Amino acid sequence: MPTVFEAPEINWAAIAPMLVVMAGGLIGIVVEAFVPRRRRHSVQVALSVVALVLAFVALVTLTVDNRVKTLGGSVVMDGMSVFLQGSLIVFGLLGVLTMAEKFGGDRPDAFTPMGAAIPGSAYEAAADRAGLATSEVFPLALFSLSGMMMFVAAGDLITMFVALEVLSLPLYVLVGLARRRRLLSQEASLKYFLLGAFASAFFLFGSALLYGYAATTDLDGIAAAITETRPGLEPLLVPAILLVLVGLLFKVGAVPFHSWTPDAYQGAPTPVTGFMAAATKLAAFGAILRFVYVGVEGTRWSWEVGLAVIAALTMVVGAVLSVTQTDIKRLLAYSSIAHAGFILVGVLAFSTLGLRGVMFYLLAYGLMTIAAFAIVSMVRQGGTEATQLSQWAGLGQRHPILAATFGFLLLAFAGIPLTSGFTAKFAAFAPAIESGTLGVVLVVIGVLASAVTAFVYVRIIVLMYFSDATSEDVVAAEASPLTTAAVAVGAVATVVLGIVPGPVLELAAQASELIR
Amino acid sequence: MSLVNYIYLSAILFSIGGAVVLLRRNAIIVFMGVELMLNAANLAFITFARMHGQLDGQVIALFVMVVASAEVVVGLAIIMAIFRSRRSASIDNANLLKA
Repeated sequence: MPTVFEAPEINWAAIAPMLVVMAGGLIGIVVEAFVPRRRRHSVQVALSVVALVLAFVALVTLTVDNRVKTLGGSVVMDGMSVFLQGSLIVFGLLGVLTMAEKFGGDRPDAFTPMGAAIPGSAYEAAADRAGLATSEVFPLALFSLSGMMMFVAAGDLITMFVALEVLSLPLYVLVGLARRRRLLSQEASLKYFLLGAFASAFFLFGSALLYGYAATTDLDGIAAAITETRPGLEPLLVPAILLVLVGLLFKVGAVPFHSWTPDAYQGAPTPVTGFMAAATKLAAFGAILRFVYVGVEGTRWSWEVGLAVIAALTMVVGAVLSVTQTDIKRLLAYSSIAHAGFILVGVLAFSTLGLRGVMFYLLAYGLMTIAAFAIVSMVRQGGTEATQLSQWAGLGQRHPILAATFGFLLLAFAGIPLTSGFTAKFAAFAPAIESGTLGVVLVVIGVLASAVTAFVYVRIIVLMYFSDATSEDVVAAEASPLTTAAVAVGAVATVVLGIVPGPVLELAAQASELIR
Repeated sequence: MSLVNYIYLSAILFSIGGAVVLLRRNAIIVFMGVELMLNAANLAFITFARMHGQLDGQVIALFVMVVASAEVVVGLAIIMAIFRSRRSASIDNANLLKA
C-alpha cells in the first residue's frame, strides 16, 4: 500500500510557457463573455498574440535554463521539448494571424458567423446580418496549442493521453466552423472526430497494456522494465507498443491511418488547415520521438520493421495519390502524408543526428505549410476560395508575386536545393543512411517518392505560369498585413533555412538531448 | 476467479467496440463503440492496478473518465450539428468529401 501522499515538486519556470498559453485561452473565454461584440475580435487577436509572445519570451528566458523533469516526471522539459515548443509557439502565432484575416470584410473571413446554426437557414442569415463572428476560435486555438506543447513534453503515457485529447478536441470543433461550404466542413469535423476518437482509444488501450507490463506509465520506467525479464507479462509488450504507435501515427497521418487527412484538410477553414497541418504534425512527431526513443527503444528489433514498412507505405501512397488530386487542399494533404513518411525515415535513424534532422524538418515543413495554406486562402473566385486546380491556371500572369511565392513554397515541398525543404530532407535522410541497410532502403524509397511529388508540384507551377486562365474572375484577395506577414515569415524562413541553415541546425543539434 | 479473466474481458470489450466502430453506420452508435473501447481500457487499467498492488491504475481510470466525458460533449455537439443540417446521423450519408 502506498505511503503518505507527497506533493510532487513543480518547477514553475520550466512549465511557464504552457501555463501562459493556457491562461491566454482561459482569459479568452472570459473576453468572450464580457467584451462587447464589436470589439471582441480585435481583443481576442491581441490577447492571443500577447499570450503567444509572452510564452515565447518565457521559453527563451526561463525554460532554457530549467531543463528538468518536473511534476513528478510527467512533464519533461529537455532540449527537444524546448525546441519543439518554441516551434509550436511560432506556428501558433502565424496561425492566429491567418485566422484573424478579414479580407476587407467586417469579421474573420474564414469562419461561420454561428457554428450552431443550420447551414442555409434563416437563423444563419440572421446571425450573419447581426454581425456575429466566431471569435472563440482564438481561445480554441490556444487551448489546442497548449495541448500540443504538453504532448511534446509528456513524460508518461497518461499525460500524453490527456495532452492528446486537449490538443484534439478544440481542433475537431475548429474544423467544423468554415464559413463557406459548411456541409463539407461539418462532415470533415465528423470524420476527423470519429477517427480521432477511435485512434485515441487504441492509444489508451496500448497504454493500459504497457502499464500492465511495466507497472508504471512513466516512459523511463517502461524503458527500465523492458531491460528486465517479466515472467508471464512478456506477451503484452509488443501488442501494447503497436497499439500506442497506431494512436500516434494516426495523428501524423501515416498510411494506413491517413484516411482522415485529405477530408479534414479539405473541409476545414483554410487557416485552420494550415495551423493543423503544421502544428499537429510537429506535436505528434514530438510524442512519437519521445515514446520511441525514451520509452521502448530497448525492444526496437521487434517493431522497427513494422514502423519502416509504414514509413515506406506512407511515402509511396502519399506521393502517388497526390498525382491524381484536382483540389489544391487535398493535394497539399496528400503531400503532407508523404512528408510524414519522410520524417518517419529520420525517426527510424535512432540517433542524435536523426533527432536533430527530424526537429529541423518539422520546423521547416511547418513554416512553409502555414504560408502555403495562407496563399490558398487568398485565391478567390466569386468570393469563395478557388480550390480547384483548374481555377489556378494562369494565376502567374495576373498575380506574379503571389504565384512566385507559392511556386517557391512548392519547390521547397519538393526538396529542391536552396530551399529549406532540401536542407530538411538532407538532415533527416543522412542519419538514416548511416543507420544501416533498412535506413538505406527507406532513403531510396524516399528519394523516389520525392521525385514523384516534385512532378506534381512542377505541374502546378506550369499551370500557374504557362497555361491560359479558364476564367478571368479568379483573383487573389487583397490581404491585410496579418496574412501578408504570415506568408512573408514562412517564405523568408524557407529561403533562409535553405541558404544558411547553419544556425538553426546548430540550435537543433544543441536541443537534441532527451532527459530520460 | 483469476484476475487474468478481467484482462480477457477487457480485450473482448475492446474488440467489440472496435467492431462497432467499423461496422455500424449511425454516428451515435459508432461513438458508443469508441466509448466502449475507452471503458475496456479502463477495466484493463484497474485490473492491472490490482495485480501490481498499486493505486496508479485506478487514478488513471478516473482521468480517462474525465477525458471521455469531455469527448462526449464535443462529439455529440458535432453529431448534432450534422444531424440538424442533414436530418440524418448516418455516416454513409456524409460523403461529400471524396478524392
